Parts: sequence; structure tokens; C-alpha cells
Amino acid sequence: MHEKTIAQLSAGLAAGEFSSEELTRAFLERVERFNPRLNAFITVTAEAALARARVADQRRQRGEAEPLTGIPIAHKDIFCTDGVRTSCGSRMLDRFVAPYDATVVEKLSAAGAVMLGKTNMDEFAMGSSNETSFYGPVRNPWDLEAVPGGSSGGSAAAVAARLAPGATGTDTGGSIRQPAALCGITGLKPTYGRVSRWGMIAYASSLDQGGPMARSAEDCALLLGAMAGFDPRDSTSADRPVPDYAALLDRPLDGLRIGLPKEYFGEGLDGVVAQVVEEAIAEYRKLGAETIEISLPNSRLAIPAYYVIAPAECSSNLARFDGVRYGHRCENPKDLLDLYTRSRGEGFGAEVTRRILVGTFALSAGYYDAYYLKAQQIRRLISDDFQRAFERVDVIAGPTSPTVAFRLGEKADDPITMYLSDIYTIAVNLAGLPGLSLPVGFAAGLPVGLQLIGDYFAEDRLLNVAHRYQQVADWHLRAPAAFA
Amino acid sequence: MEWETVIGLEIHAQLATKSKIFSGASTAYGAAPNTQACAIDLGLPGVLPVLNRDAVRMAAMLGLAIGAEVARRSVFARKNYFYPDLPKGYQISQYELPVVGKGQLTIDLDDGSSKVIGITRAHLEEDAGKSLHEDFHGRSGIDLNRAGTPLLEIVSEPDMRSAKEAVAYMKKLHQLVVYLGICDGNMQEGSFRCDANVSVRPKGDPKFGTRAEIKNLNSFRFVERAIEFEIERQIDLIESGGKVVQETRLYDPDQGETRSMRGKEEANDYRYFPDPDLLPLVLDDAFIDAARAALPELPDVKKQRFTEQYGLSAYDAGVLTTSRALANHYEATVAALGGEPKLCANWVMGDFSAFLNKDNRDIANSPVDAAQLAGLLRRLQDRTISGKIAKEVFEAMWAGEGDADAIIEKRGLRQITDTSAIEKVIDDAIAANPDQLAQYRAGKDKLFGFFVGQVMKLSKGKANPQQVNDLLMEKLKG
Repeated sequence: MHEKTIAQLSAGLAAGEFSSEELTRAFLERVERFNPRLNAFITVTAEAALARARVADQRRQRGEAEPLTGIPIAHKDIFCTDGVRTSCGSRMLDRFVAPYDATVVEKLSAAGAVMLGKTNMDEFAMGSSNETSFYGPVRNPWDLEAVPGGSSGGSAAAVAARLAPGATGTDTGGSIRQPAALCGITGLKPTYGRVSRWGMIAYASSLDQGGPMARSAEDCALLLGAMAGFDPRDSTSADRPVPDYAALLDRPLDGLRIGLPKEYFGEGLDGVVAQVVEEAIAEYRKLGAETIEISLPNSRLAIPAYYVIAPAECSSNLARFDGVRYGHRCENPKDLLDLYTRSRGEGFGAEVTRRILVGTFALSAGYYDAYYLKAQQIRRLISDDFQRAFERVDVIAGPTSPTVAFRLGEKADDPITMYLSDIYTIAVNLAGLPGLSLPVGFAAGLPVGLQLIGDYFAEDRLLNVAHRYQQVADWHLRAPAAFA
Repeated sequence: MEWETVIGLEIHAQLATKSKIFSGASTAYGAAPNTQACAIDLGLPGVLPVLNRDAVRMAAMLGLAIGAEVARRSVFARKNYFYPDLPKGYQISQYELPVVGKGQLTIDLDDGSSKVIGITRAHLEEDAGKSLHEDFHGRSGIDLNRAGTPLLEIVSEPDMRSAKEAVAYMKKLHQLVVYLGICDGNMQEGSFRCDANVSVRPKGDPKFGTRAEIKNLNSFRFVERAIEFEIERQIDLIESGGKVVQETRLYDPDQGETRSMRGKEEANDYRYFPDPDLLPLVLDDAFIDAARAALPELPDVKKQRFTEQYGLSAYDAGVLTTSRALANHYEATVAALGGEPKLCANWVMGDFSAFLNKDNRDIANSPVDAAQLAGLLRRLQDRTISGKIAKEVFEAMWAGEGDADAIIEKRGLRQITDTSAIEKVIDDAIAANPDQLAQYRAGKDKLFGFFVGQVMKLSKGKANPQQVNDLLMEKLKG
């Protein structure tokens, strides 16, 4: 059963080939067997999952099932879950249990999805390799010595290793797309505001966006349909209808204009990755698409702008973790300052601390204009680049990441090199656009992802473009040998 | 040297919304600690603020009432600092783009003149919680009920030149926000509090002196005393060769002095930046028009109308328009009585207000309503009772004994106006006091009052005083 996609599992449940309880048990067994090798899950909620699966089966018997009813999924441990620990990959929240569900969790539960557990992640979603987690690194199912990417590395590895057919992720600078690429799965970062941020622990509020991670675009369409929508509890969520993404997957690609930004194919891009991406683009031409070279001239400014804006917001967002009301508190504080400094010093890891310090500096009196304000101006320029491009093309395509998965520990001590692994994904967050990564081949035995970028609220188009490719290619169906 | 004082006030008015500015938790005062703080107020991970529309409406009403521009677009910003009663580690406030721009307020001074005080801006923000350092088993307690309560911070220009002007401004603003119904004005509960920026300069010097900020003054009296003290302190300091340092000071009402809290130069760098969780606040014409339509008659307009419509003195009109409730009570009394505005004014300002004060009640809880008061005044007007008896009847009404007519009937207080009946009482009084009669007739005119008293006493106060006067005069002549 674990080999099937969500769409196939949904059909199987509908046909009565198996029950949700059987399905859930099968995935829980795989989690139990394989997770020790991968470290993809922080928390497994086996009993609750089986109970929910039985409820889903009853619902199906009553004839009230939706496509996701009874489908097991995993949630990134950044989404608050009522009664189940939400750690955000941090010692700070190692024992934190929220009294509420994130909207994403609530909506997927309402659709009948069955939560298997909470997946590992870079601490507070800050990282590109899943090595900053308090719970240890996640391993890439294709090569256990390689990173799965981050920050949604646990979700990506879980889906790639068939421990869950689908999972949620969040993407602030590439945290869905980059691990999806490195693990050979499909992941979508929706338009900013498409998915509610309520109950999703904030890293950089103006960039954070939740989205689906699954084997295929079709599965992502099913998940996104349940996750998306206006939420009155999130002032930045978009009040516009959610299209039936699954119904829009099959549109032909004749006449589709694909923009290829020259900046995404230049220096720093691995030669084999480039070749695999070129082949995927050639496949699109066969499907009737036209390719047009475009330019996103301010691309080179995306990483510096991001590493001002995201840390600035994070320095403020993470101020609430002060050891006063919840979360880690140091032993025997001498006074208030000691309580703050030791609780935070002990609770946060090195990368989180680095970004809090950078962000605090960037917002300080005398530096605000030079850093934060300047970065916001760059952000506008980057958005304008994309808007000009979308006057000429329907989607933009390029590599998701400049390389395939790197070795564990390879970049852990070199933040700048690590930051560059998100060079093609970050601009999309700065502009608030939707972006999707789909597997299009391998380089040195590791998966390569193609990134598709769409205009605002063009998730349906991205899913359609990815789906048509997946109708003629089978990269997304390949399983890592050790987890087949 | 002659010194001039310069004062600017920052006033925090707690807005009278039902729920908090960014959450649905109740703002009711006095609940058990931490029972009115939801996940948003506690700053739990993943929660998000949603702006309370009513708080914005109230801010717009103030803006319109002080003739200020209500911003079509304003922005919420985060003010970052660590404190245990600040759950998120930042306060959501407005910084560069506030919801209310420049406006003004006219204050009345004791000498009868008036002065226009400029208002720089007013912005919306959330309150922090409360730290309790005393009586808490040697620890500090935190109550987050107040966290997230909507505040409107109203910042004046440095236009005031004395403590008295500062108090007059504060009182005027207090009256206005209560009139508008946007603040309950309860200063003891902290619903209306003030920070005062005070500096002195040689008279005629165009430059401002260095200012000190006195924090958290929560009564008119404290504002006046704290500023008076601070002026004197600064002048003494400069005259003895010292320099005023820019700093935050606290007023100690027990000692009657201000004390340095911390130097402003070592104060926090608040690292303000626009809150990414809240979109810019955009107000359209319809919203502002609705706020304008909801404005009540403002105090100055009402006062002017009272002088014109009821022929009251400026003083009486001012007293009666102190609050909307009092003004309404007055107008309802006049309406119920069908006239006699001066008589009504005397009673509303006199016994009625005195009894309210005595019992520490507000008008909403008055045992005597406007119709009942008018019922009493009607009997005074038609001479059923005298002024003196009216006071007695009012007291009985206040005690809940019923309407004026019922009390007059029950207690037999109807005034005696029948000439023959009064004459009989006078005859009795004269007959009972032959010695005084002889003295009076011998020229001791002062004894007239004695006979009036005797007659009133024998009539139990019910004899019509004017008739008593007239008839007694005749009788005593003999």
C-alpha cells in the first residue's frame, strides 16, 4: 500500500480494497521500522492515528467521505497540534503542548486526514539541511550520509521513504521546495496568504507559508485544496475562493510560455543538475510549451535582502520565548536578566541565535535605514522583476537548488555556503509568489528538482504544469532502494 | 530670573471596547488574575493578532472630535523590549503612521479666558499586563488580564505653560473621551492616565529646556502636584548651577516629590518595525462617515446651546454639561416640568448633585429620576409646598418613599394658603407671647423674625411664607 500515491490510496479506500485503519497501521509499521534510520519524525501519535482512522472508516461507511478521508499524513512539527507536543525542532519547546490546532491541521483533520505524527525540522525552520534540529539531523532516504534539505527535511524524507503518503511543510526561503528537490518528491509553496498561518509557529511572518509535500502534483493538489482558504484568525490570509485544483490538473500545455531566467543557469549551478533540468525543459517543449529566456536582474540581491528581513522578523517573533510563561526555563535563575539570558541561551541552538543577533542588529537605531529599509526596497525590486516577467511568460522554470543533496556536516560550519543552497528559492518568498518543485531526474544518484514559479494565486497552473510532466515521466514514482 | 514652564502631555485612554484590541478576550475590569487572557494575549506560539474594528471606530471618533485628520492609511508597528508582563516581547503600537493626525482642544482657564492646545497625534496600541511585586510570597506575580487592552495614546504639543493649564487640558480631554463614550474615564482603574513632559526656560527664550518625563500619573491632583514639584526642582537645580538631565521620573504621592527612574539615554532601543502580522489599516469614507454620524453633541457645543436655549449663565451651563449624563438629566427634568430651566438648574446642580456625591452614586443609579424630580418641582412651582418643605420631600424621595405627591400627602406637607387658617395660627402665636409682642410694639422690629419662626413652627412649616409675612405684619401693628 505504501507504494501508492494519495490519489491511488483514496481510490482504494473508496473501492473498499482496504480500510483506513489497515492503511494507517501499515504506515505506522513502516515508521516504526524505518524512522530510526531516518529520524524523520519527532513525535509519532500511533494510537490517536488509529482512532482517527477508525472514525474515518465510519465516516466513509456513512457515505460522507472526502478524497482525503482516511489518508494518513504527517505534520511538520511547526504546526501546533492540540494536545500533542509541538517542538518546532527546538529544545525551547521540547515540552510545549499547544491547547489549539493550527488552521492547517484543523482543516486537514476536518477533511478526514489521519495524522501519523510530527516531523523533524530545522530549529524554528532556520536551516537548509535539517542539521539545526534539537532532535538531530534527518537523513536523506536516497543516501543516509546526505542531508534531506531543510527546513522541512523530516516531511520530505518521510514522504520519500514512504513513511507517509503526504505531509505538510512550511517555506520561508525554500523550506518546502529545497528538501522536496533533495529528496525527490513534489512540494508546493503557495502564494503568501493562500494558506492560513494561524497556529504555525512564526519564523519570518511576511515570508512564511505552509504548503503540501507529496509524491505527485496530483497529491499536492488534493492536499492544498484542503489546506487553503481564508481564515479570519490570520489578517494576512487571502479572502478569495479556493479553486478545485484536482479538477484543473489535466489542462493541455499547448502554447504554455515558460520563462527561463538566465540568472538561474549561471555560475554556481552544478553541471549535471543543469543538464537534468535542461532535459526536463526539453520534455516540456515536447508537451507543447514554448521557452523564452528572461531576466530577473535583481536575483543576486535576494539572499542578502532575505538575510536582513527574515532575521529581523525572527528576532522579534522569537522574543516571546523568554522562559516566563512556557517553554524552556533555566534552573534557579538569579534575577530577571539571568532568567532571560540563560533560558534563551540554553533553549536556542547556534543558527537560531545567529539569526536573532543579526536581526536585532539590523533593526537597531542607526542601522534600520541601511539594512531593514534597504532590504524592503530590494524586495520591491525583486517583485517588480517577476511582474515584468509574467507579462511575457506563464510560468518560470529553473533548478530548485544549485546542487543535489550535500553530505551531512559538509556545510554545517559555513553558514554562507549553506545560505547559497536557497539561491533560487528565496526570491519567490520575497515576492510572495507560489513555487513548486518536482523531481526531474538524478545526478550522481541523488534527485534533482525543477522549480516552477507562477504568478500570484496561480497554484492551479503550477500543479497543472507539474502534473502533465508527471504523466509522461516517472521520476516521482521512483523509490529509494532501501525504502522501497 | 523669570522662568517659563513648558508642558506636553501623553495621555493613555483605555478604549471602552468589549474585547481586546487583537483578541476576543474580555476587557472587563476586576476579574481574577489571568482569567481574561486567551492564547493570543499570552503570546503562545503560532497565534496571530486580528484588529478590533470597534477600537478603530473609537479612535476615529476622537480624531473627528478634535478636528484632526483621520488617516486613510495607518500602520501598526512592533515596539520590541523584554519585560515579564509583555508576553510577546513586543508591544503592538503605531509609530510612523498613526491613525489620528494633528488636532486641537480648547481649554477654559480660571480667569475666564480660553486657550487652544495642539494635539500632535493619537495612535492605537495594546496595553501590557501587570506585574505584582508586593504581597506575593516574596516573588513577583504577573496578571495578563490587562494585556491586549486597547489604548489610545493622545500626544499633545508642548503648549501648556503651567500645572493648572495641564490639569485643565487633561480634564477637558477626560470629559471629551467620556462624552464620546470611547473611555469610561475611570482613573483609579487606570482607564485614563498621563505622562507629563516638563521643562523650564528663561522667559522669552525661544529654545526649549531639557525635559523630564513624569510617568503614570493617574489623578488630576497628582498631575498638578507632580508638575508643580518638578518645575520647582528644575528651577532650583538650574539656579544653583546644575543642569536638568533628560530622564524618566516617577511621582511619589506620599512624599509629594518626583524621583529619577532611569536615564532616557540608557533607555531601550525599541527597534520599531511594521508588524508583518497586520496589514496596513485602511479606512474608507464610509467608515469615517459612520464614525462622524455616531458623534454625540460635544461638550463645548452643548454648553453654548444651554446658555442660549435655557438662558443659563456660562457657569451653570458649564457645570450642567460636565457629563453627558448630567446634561441629559437636566434636559429631561426641564422637559418633564415643561419649563422653569433656572429652577431645574438650581435643583440639578444643588440637592440632586449633592445627594449623588454624598452617596457616591452615578446618575444611572440615582434613586430619583428626572420625571420624579420634575414632579417635586411642579409642587414647588404651584406653591403646594415651600422651598424648605421641598428639601424634606426630596430627601424622602431619595430614601425611596415614593413620588413627591405621595410623600406630601402621606406626611401632610401641603402648604397652607388659606388666609383664615393662617390668621388663626398667627393669633395663637401672638397670644402665646405677650411679652415679645409688647417689646415689638415698643419698637424692637427685630422680633418680627421671632414671630415668623413661631408661626412656622406652629404650622409645622406648612404655612405659605409670603402670606405669613404679609398677615403677620398687619396683625402685629394691632
